[in-house]
Amino acid sequence: MSILVDQNTRVIFQGFTGREASFHAQASIDYGTTVVGGVTPGKGGQTHLGLPVFNTVADAVKQTGANASVIFVPPPFAGDAIMEAAEAGIPLVVCITEGIPTTDMVRAAAYLQGRGTRLIGPNCPGIISPGKCKIGIMPAHIHKQGGVGVVSRSGTLTYEAVGQLSKLGIGQSTCIGIGGDPIIGTTFVDAMQLFNADADTRAIVMIGEIGGNAEETAAAYIQKHVKKPVIGFIAGQTAPPGRRMGHAGAIISGGAGKAEDKMKAMTAAGITVCASPAEIGERVKSRL
Amino acid sequence: MKIHEYQAKAILAKYDVPVPRGEVAFSVDEAEAAARRIGGSVVVKAQIHAGGRGKGGGVKVAKDANEAVEIAKKILGMKLVTHQTGPEGRIVQRLLIEETLPIERELYLGIVLDRAQGKPVFMASAAGGMEIEEVAAKSPELILREVLAPGYGLAAFQGRNLAFGMGVPAASVNAAVSAMTALATAYIACDASLAEINPFILTKDGKVYALDAKITLDDNALYRHKELLELRDLNEEDPLEVEASRFSLNYIKLDGNIACMVNGAGLAMATMDIVKYAGGSPANFLDVGGGANAEQIKNAFRILLSDPGVKAVLINIFGGILRCDVLATGVVNAARELNVKVPIVVRMEGTNVEKGQEILKSSGFNFTVADGMKDAAEKVVRAVGAGVAA
Repeated sequence: MSILVDQNTRVIFQGFTGREASFHAQASIDYGTTVVGGVTPGKGGQTHLGLPVFNTVADAVKQTGANASVIFVPPPFAGDAIMEAAEAGIPLVVCITEGIPTTDMVRAAAYLQGRGTRLIGPNCPGIISPGKCKIGIMPAHIHKQGGVGVVSRSGTLTYEAVGQLSKLGIGQSTCIGIGGDPIIGTTFVDAMQLFNADADTRAIVMIGEIGGNAEETAAAYIQKHVKKPVIGFIAGQTAPPGRRMGHAGAIISGGAGKAEDKMKAMTAAGITVCASPAEIGERVKSRL
Repeated sequence: MKIHEYQAKAILAKYDVPVPRGEVAFSVDEAEAAARRIGGSVVVKAQIHAGGRGKGGGVKVAKDANEAVEIAKKILGMKLVTHQTGPEGRIVQRLLIEETLPIERELYLGIVLDRAQGKPVFMASAAGGMEIEEVAAKSPELILREVLAPGYGLAAFQGRNLAFGMGVPAASVNAAVSAMTALATAYIACDASLAEINPFILTKDGKVYALDAKITLDDNALYRHKELLELRDLNEEDPLEVEASRFSLNYIKLDGNIACMVNGAGLAMATMDIVKYAGGSPANFLDVGGGANAEQIKNAFRILLSDPGVKAVLINIFGGILRCDVLATGVVNAARELNVKVPIVVRMEGTNVEKGQEILKSSGFNFTVADGMKDAAEKVVRAVGAGVAA
């Protein structure tokens, strides 16, 4: 098994005909993901990559029966794209777009409340259940089907962890990049809840970074509810305070959001915390 | 993006938050003219993008324009060191000359994003004039909060909750509430990520003013605020960081001697961490992004190497979208054009890694190829002659 996405996931691409979306749609199709079409306003009726293009998400859902959407539209329009997908009743929306204004995300997040749509991201690499479904920009070939769930705020650092696992012969049930922005749809706690309930996930890797207190909240949840081994790492242990380290969410402000405090909280919750990012794979192996 | 106090006050004034009468001055002459126009006693305030200016000697009261001139002479051009500037300090190039006001009480007002709720939260405290982080740590009960509902700003009743909660006298509550709702309107209208008035003062004659103001703007929203983009002061930023931003590179200068070039912010932070873990010290944070091309790689390299403290370079790329052969081509071109003398350790993984390694090997340069992050960090630390033994 796996969480959120599998062989039954039917995906549409929002911003389908753009360069990035086209590249990654093709990669997803090649991987075996069921991509059923896409949306580019003004290009409805055309065919792209052998699939139908629609003007609106509502049309696409009606015609294709899509149950997941991935958003590649530029930052000024991405908040709107999230709301459009939710209004069309899509249960899973993955937003890859980086650089969405916070005000737009405040509005989109409020719009999603009570609508039964789960958002992953924005500013994330997406989600993959190896061997079944890939929605996002992660390099497919580093993944391997198996029993470790991976959840992370970062993109390439997730690839790093996955690469280490696969090299050791340890496969993954599902890998989710929850995104590096201050406002995100799916949190560490949400992912933990899902992995904990998934029979085939035997251990969970959680990769956090400086900024906010999502890791502390997750640690409290894990201590209370998660019986599976959890292995963690926090990026930014050496980051100077007050500076935004690439991700909009990665900033230590006023003494809050420090790596040190997060690692302490995670250790106290029984999580195996890696001091070095090179030891994530080995530490998982030792807990399986 | 950070802006100066006088710029923040101009924004607040536009939205009807009362601010003291004041003028910016770039020279002693301008400071004198401003002080004469304002008349009487004035405050001379250094304008730099850092807090703690008063304690550092950057804020002084003058009894008249003549004394303001003497103070302006001392502060303009001085190296102002505060707890936020680091020991290197900042050269003061702008002053704010302002009227003085009869302060009765100092309060705190601020708006930041509450990540957990996904909404901005308005904070108010009777403990004004102190740093809010200090208040939060020592007496959190003194901080009152109201969440801004998307599309509504700060409702008047929320403003009253805060004003009465801080003990604002009844006669001044309406003025305080107006200023608070105006602050919330300004925060939303200009896509701020932080807006702070500290202190927000009550005067002896019952009026309210933003005595100090700080606004940080959301970089991601600047595309729709061309007028705010003009407030950027490049003198307040590291020249290398300014240069990097021209090429859409995310670069932050640090104190160490090992330059790092990485794709992805999380991996870039983790790379700094592992360098430190191996006993070295990173010279920078640099995220070349997911879709970097050979030209960007070259520019990134040039920027890294223009830091004279750099003794070695560590390249750590996990190629997903960014292909390893593209990276390798960029690195080789850069090494050739820039006549690189320092050792370079390369760790590549992912798409087209064999092709990339072949390009490095056949380049004629002495790149050290590493296998994994740990090996890479240890090799680069060894190359600068510090940390773990071979």
